Amino acid sequence: MADQESFADQAMEFMPQLYSAALRMTRNRADAEDLVQEAYLKAYRGFGRFEEGTNLRAWLFRILTNTYINSYRAKKRRPDETDLDEVEDFYLYRRMGGLEAARASRSAEDELMDFFTDDEVRDAIDALPEQYRLAVLLGDVEGFSYKEIAEQLDIPIGTVMSRLHRGRKSLQKQLHDFALERGLSGAETP
Amino acid sequence: MTHDHAEHLHPDHPMTDDLAPDRVLSGGPDCEAALAEVYTYLDHELTDVEHERVLAHLETCSPCFEAFDFEAEFRMVVASKALSDEFPDGLRMRIMERIVQIRIDTSVDDGDGSTPAGA
Repeated sequence: MADQESFADQAMEFMPQLYSAALRMTRNRADAEDLVQEAYLKAYRGFGRFEEGTNLRAWLFRILTNTYINSYRAKKRRPDETDLDEVEDFYLYRRMGGLEAARASRSAEDELMDFFTDDEVRDAIDALPEQYRLAVLLGDVEGFSYKEIAEQLDIPIGTVMSRLHRGRKSLQKQLHDFALERGLSGAETP
Repeated sequence: MTHDHAEHLHPDHPMTDDLAPDRVLSGGPDCEAALAEVYTYLDHELTDVEHERVLAHLETCSPCFEAFDFEAEFRMVVASKALSDEFPDGLRMRIMERIVQIRIDTSVDDGDGSTPAGA
């Protein structure tokens, strides 16, 4: 049992993390603020059910994700399941030799890190259909395990894996498309 | 057991004028088995035995190692660029004020708290 009085001390530090994730979920600042506020008030009211000593960050993310799915998805009236085209494995790796060669140097270890801009990565994530976007966000960005994602999204682990895998490949294809659009010229300086 | 990947891979001669894949993966069944697990491996979701099997393959097969290494790097790129570090002014304060309000509302009722306040 967690004491409500200690909620602020324990939970407030995660707010920037939850806001950043909320921004990728809602893709808009006003909704992200509302979502974080709603999630925090729910978390405060339900803090008595949080088991002290377990993962508070995961617990807060679970509330955030649930709130997003229940309130915001319904609001947007988005189709529940949008399908992704099948993208081959290692999509970007198979093609990156060509992309890298278009740049002056291709030996530095941080080459890939510099190749895509922050905006391109964010736009590529935002372009994913919702169920894939949530899986990639929770898995690759927030670092949750298959089991934790399954609990947060209330779906079987097999579904987590397929959404994560297909979402990742689609993300690679989208980023490759962005790179082609800018004519293989490499990342602009930030 | 080794597989000759050299004929499949041309890392030094990328086909820059062609949008087709310039790297072809998989030199044999060992490679295919390892490549199929790239995500579960990088996610640390394989059993110890499975993990060891993939690791053993990567230690002897540099084309597969490079492909795995690329995916691991790509993951780092996504994780480090996906989130903006902006945080709206006043959000923390607004939420704290709402929480304080809830606390006041519920303490007015006092007692066993069975009556939700402000309903």
